[in-house]
Amino acid sequence: MRKLLAVSALVLCLGARSPKLSKDEQVVHALNRLTFGPRPGDVEAVRKMGVKKWIDLQLHPERIPENTELAQRLAPLESLRLSQADTERNYPNPQMIRAIAAGRQAMPADPVTRAAVERVVRRFKVKKDEADNAPLEPAIPLEQLLTREQIRTLRTGNVDQKRAVIAAIPEDQMDDVAIALPPGLRLQLLPAVEPALRRKLMLLTAPQQLVAFDLSEGKLYRAILSNRQLEEQLVDFWYNHFNVFLDKGADRYLVPTYEREAIRPHVLGKFRDLLEATAKSPAMLFFLDNWESVGATQPQRGNAKRPVRGLNENYARELMELHTLGVDGGYTQKDVTEVARCFTGWTIRQPREGGDFFYNDKVHDKGAKTVLGVTISAGGGKDDAEKVLDILARHPVTARFISRKLAQRFVADDPPQKLIDKMAKTFRDKNGDIREVMKTMLTSDEFFSQAAYRAKVKTPFEMIVSAVRATGAQVDFAFPLANQIAQLGEPLYRKLEPTGYSDANSEWVNSAALLARMNFALSLAQNKVPGSKLDAALFSGSAADVARQVLFTDAKPETLAAIEKRTANAPVVGLMLGSPDFQRR
Amino acid sequence: MTTRRLFLKSSGLAMFGIGAAPLWLARAADAPSARKKVLVAVFQRGAVDGLNLVVPFGEKSYYELRPTIAIPADTVVSLDGFFGLHPALAPLKPVFDANRLAIIQAVGSPDPTRSHFDAQDYMESGTPGRKATSDGWLNRALPALGDAKKSPVRAVSLGPSLSRAMRGHNDAVAINNLNEFKVQEAGGAATFESMYASTLDAALNNTGRETFDAVKLMQSIQAQPYTAANGAKYPGGRLGQSLMQIARLIKADVGLEVAFTDVGGWDTHVNEAGQLANLLGNFGQALAAFYQDLGDRMEDVAVVTMSEFGRTAKENGNRGTDHGHANVMFAFGGAIRGGKVYGEWPGLGPEQLYENRDLALTTDFRDVLGELVVKHLGNGQLGGVFPGYTQPKFRGLIAG
Repeated sequence: MRKLLAVSALVLCLGARSPKLSKDEQVVHALNRLTFGPRPGDVEAVRKMGVKKWIDLQLHPERIPENTELAQRLAPLESLRLSQADTERNYPNPQMIRAIAAGRQAMPADPVTRAAVERVVRRFKVKKDEADNAPLEPAIPLEQLLTREQIRTLRTGNVDQKRAVIAAIPEDQMDDVAIALPPGLRLQLLPAVEPALRRKLMLLTAPQQLVAFDLSEGKLYRAILSNRQLEEQLVDFWYNHFNVFLDKGADRYLVPTYEREAIRPHVLGKFRDLLEATAKSPAMLFFLDNWESVGATQPQRGNAKRPVRGLNENYARELMELHTLGVDGGYTQKDVTEVARCFTGWTIRQPREGGDFFYNDKVHDKGAKTVLGVTISAGGGKDDAEKVLDILARHPVTARFISRKLAQRFVADDPPQKLIDKMAKTFRDKNGDIREVMKTMLTSDEFFSQAAYRAKVKTPFEMIVSAVRATGAQVDFAFPLANQIAQLGEPLYRKLEPTGYSDANSEWVNSAALLARMNFALSLAQNKVPGSKLDAALFSGSAADVARQVLFTDAKPETLAAIEKRTANAPVVGLMLGSPDFQRR
Repeated sequence: MTTRRLFLKSSGLAMFGIGAAPLWLARAADAPSARKKVLVAVFQRGAVDGLNLVVPFGEKSYYELRPTIAIPADTVVSLDGFFGLHPALAPLKPVFDANRLAIIQAVGSPDPTRSHFDAQDYMESGTPGRKATSDGWLNRALPALGDAKKSPVRAVSLGPSLSRAMRGHNDAVAINNLNEFKVQEAGGAATFESMYASTLDAALNNTGRETFDAVKLMQSIQAQPYTAANGAKYPGGRLGQSLMQIARLIKADVGLEVAFTDVGGWDTHVNEAGQLANLLGNFGQALAAFYQDLGDRMEDVAVVTMSEFGRTAKENGNRGTDHGHANVMFAFGGAIRGGKVYGEWPGLGPEQLYENRDLALTTDFRDVLGELVVKHLGNGQLGGVFPGYTQPKFRGLIAG
């Protein structure tokens, strides 16, 4: 396998001389790379507009009218719009619920959330006070609200049957029913109910999980529905470049704001702005520990509860190794320490004070520093770190590192050096303007070369979203798709390492993941993925027809031959989505 | 005892018919190599309280530091008159007495972090203090092998995703449940197999073959309902079930070399006593069942347990303990020189504690893992397994 990879890398090095794509191939190629997969009708639309013009439009998302269905799907996902402090207040974790029960923390303000949290708090109080043998839920028992038949249907019926039972419940009784349902059954009902009730059921069960739920649903709906596809691809790319792991403590509440305010506004803007936005984000300050990094200039007294703190180099190291220069970017351990000293005092306010970025001059190291040969004189403050960001954002090694990483995502695992050089030149000439760098790449011969065509294996996120888009499946509950993506090996917002996910094909091609792709493909085709529904009647043509419907080009003869030889009754569209052909973009 | 080769010739290949035998199986049947050595790593996530796991009941300070949660000296299962097992771990005493269970006290990661996230990350990557390591020590621990000798299931991580310790350059498979490792719609399997076998897409062709080889191996296992041997009873819960599946893979001789599983819930900040007793009851039964189930096959197997850091020596105000430093590890198996508590004991006196609060560290966890990698798995390239750790101090857990 390694040998074969080497051969394909060799082919790619010849990228510039690789034959150009035909007009039709160009359309499919551009759609495969700039979007999360073509939808029915996309190929015709792009052909009509012209590939160049369409790419230019995708580079200016503000000129593209947005899909109205998207706004409608995003509307219920409240935590995506809240401030950090409100997110924490509205979706308390078990510890906070204990604090609320003990009167140490205020109830959420939102009435629906408040009612649900009150419920959880009461249950907690009862649990705690075991001596008092009171029932866990002082609510009306389920048996008094619903017939035995209805309860059985809720437990074992199909989605439509469950939906009918829910619809028959009088509106003024719905809250009582929601409360009386056992937690396991509440979660089972999620695919069968409207978004508002879905949230209520989740709030009653585990309020904190709504934050991760909203994030995943939001990301999926945007990828599936947005007309500004390149922007969504880049949000995914830059979030991954500046990766923050959702499940590290406070980051559970910080990530929505991080993506919304530090990443999204800058994905086609200036790299320097993006870098600073991430550097100042509470999510990153917390994830890479800079918030507790202090200068060694003042003597500190420690005790058992608060041990002596000192310089923490984690962020400084990753800033150079992962965010700007790259691992072989020519910096030394001394540079890491010096950068860390510049960043001392870049910290976060107490959660009760909003948890925002703030610069604490009292713990800043005031001494002189030398970063990559540049002297930062003594007596500085917050601007020490800003100078570091200037040095790094303007560094030619950064221009190359970022260009290469973008090309790996959009062109091929081992992109031609000539392309990287062109992109890096644009990066330097245009002062780190990401839109200009993208334009250089997307209009290059290397991008439209045979060597790049179908050279990338889809990430799990791309595979699943592209299957939904290609089949035109209707998604009214996206979260189960997030579970599928995790099964394929890419849990959303949950890459533990600051490196983010690799964009290399080898990251995604392994046995368990491949099986999971095949299983997902068949499940989607048979409408067995809760919340997603495709119209099977659309795919009743020949294998070759179905192939063109989902691949937007012809399938390989070997693939068609295997499908035509099938003896068992598996749906052709499912076999096609699980085929080697569909795993590439 | 049947040899692996015999097993493959008699049962494995017969099951598919010689013509349809997966490539790997055919290769394995011809390979003259003996049964594989297997290393099983168990991670206790959440930082287990090592001082209540292997209790220093001979140390007065222990009782002074823990007025309400210390394990009384008359209830510990004494090992050597100074250390004793938590009473819930009694099922492991026979393994210790058979000199197959070694205990290492005051062991752990030298990195001072008390963050679960960072410490687990460091212990699984095998590179304390270095966050950018992208692969795990257990993946790097696999001995170099020619492609022809590599089983598709030589590295298995039990659970829904590939654990951090298992990620890396060598192929490793995440298996949540052996019985579900297949194409769920039986009708799709054959078509997918023929698609991937015939595709000219080299990378997908290769992995596709490996996948269906592994699926077939699993089929042969799935076809036979499993009964633990020697009267072993696995407890319910994640760890017991995972270990049972590992035992099943080992006994099926499908080429397993390293396995990883984990069990959570050890973060006992509040009311530790009851929780820990429950968790340890399950933990001890699961490990003991695995040992009993494998019987003679334990000669090829070593199991090692670890947790990201220990807990405070002194109990906190909530009858629990907070995040600490050094901890305890278990190693058991046929080759382990057990019946002994290893590691220098630093003591629990005020001046002996790390940062005035935690058990100090006298053994680096890489000394323990490294010794198993070199002497049990036979991979002498330790520099590649624990980069930057050039001077490991083996404790003599294995002879040689």
